[in-house]
Amino acid sequence: MANLFLLQLLNGAQFGILLFLVAAGLTLVFGIMDFINLAHGVLYMLGAYLMAMFALETGSFWLGLLLALATTLVVGLVLEWLVFRRLYDRPHLDQVLATFALMLILSEGVKILWGSAPLNVAMPELLSGSIPLAGPLRYPVYRIAIIVAGLATAAGLWWLIARTRAGMLLRAGASNRPMVAALGTDISRLFLLVFALGAMLAGFAGALVSPVLSVDPGMGDSILILTFVVIVIGGVGSVKGAFAGALLVGIVDTVGRIFGPIWLKLVMDPAAATQAGRVLAPMLVYLLMAAVLSWRPNGLFGRPS
Amino acid sequence: MMRSTLSVFALCAAALPGLAAADPVKVGLLLTLSGPPAVLGEHARDGALLALKKLDGKLGGEAAEFLVTDAEGKPDIAAQKARRLVESDGADVVIGPIFSNIMAAIAGPVTEGGAFLLSPNAGPSVFAGEGCNPDIFVVSYQNDQPDQVMGEYASGAGYGSVVLIAPNYQAGMDHLGGFKRTYDGDITAELMTQLGQLDYSAELAQIAAYQPDAVYAFLPGGMGVNFVKQYQQAGLSGIPMMSSFTTDETTLPAMQDAALGMLSSGSWSPDLDVPGNAEFVDDFIAEYGRVPASYAAYAYDAVMLLDTAIAAAGTEDRDALREALRTVDFPSLRGKFSFGANQFPVQDFYLTEVVQRADGAYATSAKELVTADYVDAYADACTAE
Repeated sequence: MANLFLLQLLNGAQFGILLFLVAAGLTLVFGIMDFINLAHGVLYMLGAYLMAMFALETGSFWLGLLLALATTLVVGLVLEWLVFRRLYDRPHLDQVLATFALMLILSEGVKILWGSAPLNVAMPELLSGSIPLAGPLRYPVYRIAIIVAGLATAAGLWWLIARTRAGMLLRAGASNRPMVAALGTDISRLFLLVFALGAMLAGFAGALVSPVLSVDPGMGDSILILTFVVIVIGGVGSVKGAFAGALLVGIVDTVGRIFGPIWLKLVMDPAAATQAGRVLAPMLVYLLMAAVLSWRPNGLFGRPS
Repeated sequence: MMRSTLSVFALCAAALPGLAAADPVKVGLLLTLSGPPAVLGEHARDGALLALKKLDGKLGGEAAEFLVTDAEGKPDIAAQKARRLVESDGADVVIGPIFSNIMAAIAGPVTEGGAFLLSPNAGPSVFAGEGCNPDIFVVSYQNDQPDQVMGEYASGAGYGSVVLIAPNYQAGMDHLGGFKRTYDGDITAELMTQLGQLDYSAELAQIAAYQPDAVYAFLPGGMGVNFVKQYQQAGLSGIPMMSSFTTDETTLPAMQDAALGMLSSGSWSPDLDVPGNAEFVDDFIAEYGRVPASYAAYAYDAVMLLDTAIAAAGTEDRDALREALRTVDFPSLRGKFSFGANQFPVQDFYLTEVVQRADGAYATSAKELVTADYVDAYADACTAE
């Protein structure tokens, strides 16, 4: 039982890190540019589809990953230049409308290009298989790779934001945009970079999970809502918050849905506990969000507005 | 110009004595063709169009027109579109839908509008028992059957304990209920997951801890792809995995090796040894570039049934056509085929296994006959004649 609990903690952390990869880009764009991008989930999907295509074309997972990353970066740049640039000064409702439209257009485009049947991405030989834990429990190597990649991304982002000149401008831009512009920084170029980086992070997440998850036209929508929960819990604009929020959501969701019914059985009769557990499981992350917000209205690491 | 007009007249005069013969037979294909589950509707559409192509665009020798319509996966919109197909576009027959909730919405508009409804997939119990309708023909199966067949197989195979897993919504509970009805071993646990769940690592860890004799899953679409990939990655391949609507030709291209050896049941598979089946599969692959799923085969069967019935009874006399649909012997891809009293099929069910075909594609393969001439559990309650 203790082994199983630890394993589920690990599963939860891994799911959280997966969420973090998607949420990091969204929170940067939302926090620094004050821009609500509903199309973020579609960029994640695009990363997975590009990965599926390039991995098949080149026959190599790693080459496919590299090409998918480069392409989502270019897609991010093009979208910023073509669409998003025009929306920064508009109210949030306009942004939501426009990015929702973009989401529909890109989803339909993906379907026209690649069809509506789910696609497969083969796992690299190096990372397939599983390692034994305690007893019959095993852990897939690829999931360890996801954890490592997620931690590396988190560290890289921290370094970028805390230790580089670009990061300093990002932080400055997030807290006082007109002042940064008045000091002679080209704010629009900064935004272009942030947006492209966000798009690439989403694409990276999509490409990375493609061997584990189904690559299908609905994959962007299914993760977008959870991603918003993560950044709201963590505090909008804070990468640190996105990391903490993602881990929290991953662990609460995973551990709660398995151990919820077991713990409920201690206080109710088994049938009722099972039923209550099933009803509560999908609500857990939202209850968590409500609890965090009532305690800290700006999220865990959000700055008061 | 003059000559062609004359020849059309001559054709009409020669073909049929009735005046209405100038109108082609109109068939509405009302299938979900957008959203994530679009691939199921596409298979059905392609199967029906392939059948029409094979029949040179004619049904029972009469010119035919297919009106392909997207049900959009939304019952209210599907009902509107069904009404339009039957009342404005003049469809004599509607082939559809894929999903059972859509079936409940379109059955009224189609049959009250004076058309016949042929279902290439959905077979909900509401229309199989007391609610059976003489104008509805389900060409596929009754929804409970694939699960009951798996339950029978699991009992016969000596699996003493099984973990069940399905999304926590009505269809998920129905399918697990079907399995439990015929399975006589222990249910170790029933894992009800969220609809659209991405990560199954927690459930897979539970399964690894329970070490059941087998797993039974109902996880359609992307959920199944996620589960099956992660099942193999978690090193659980040693535990037999049975399922319904999870590992079929619509999801196998995304699962590939991860699904090999997984078990399911059905009344048709691409390699079923029936006259015409191999040809159908080859033609389908040549035309659409993928191995057909059961949705395609059942839609193909629906068109062939319609063709044979119209050849026997024409389209003028509605009662005669209904009788022909009910009794006619058509070349089914499932071999022998007949309708029960509730106009659901009475047919053989096979255990199917995921295999890799000689051309490298993945498909289900009929392994053994589990139940012959299987009548659904509701047929007795149907009294409409």
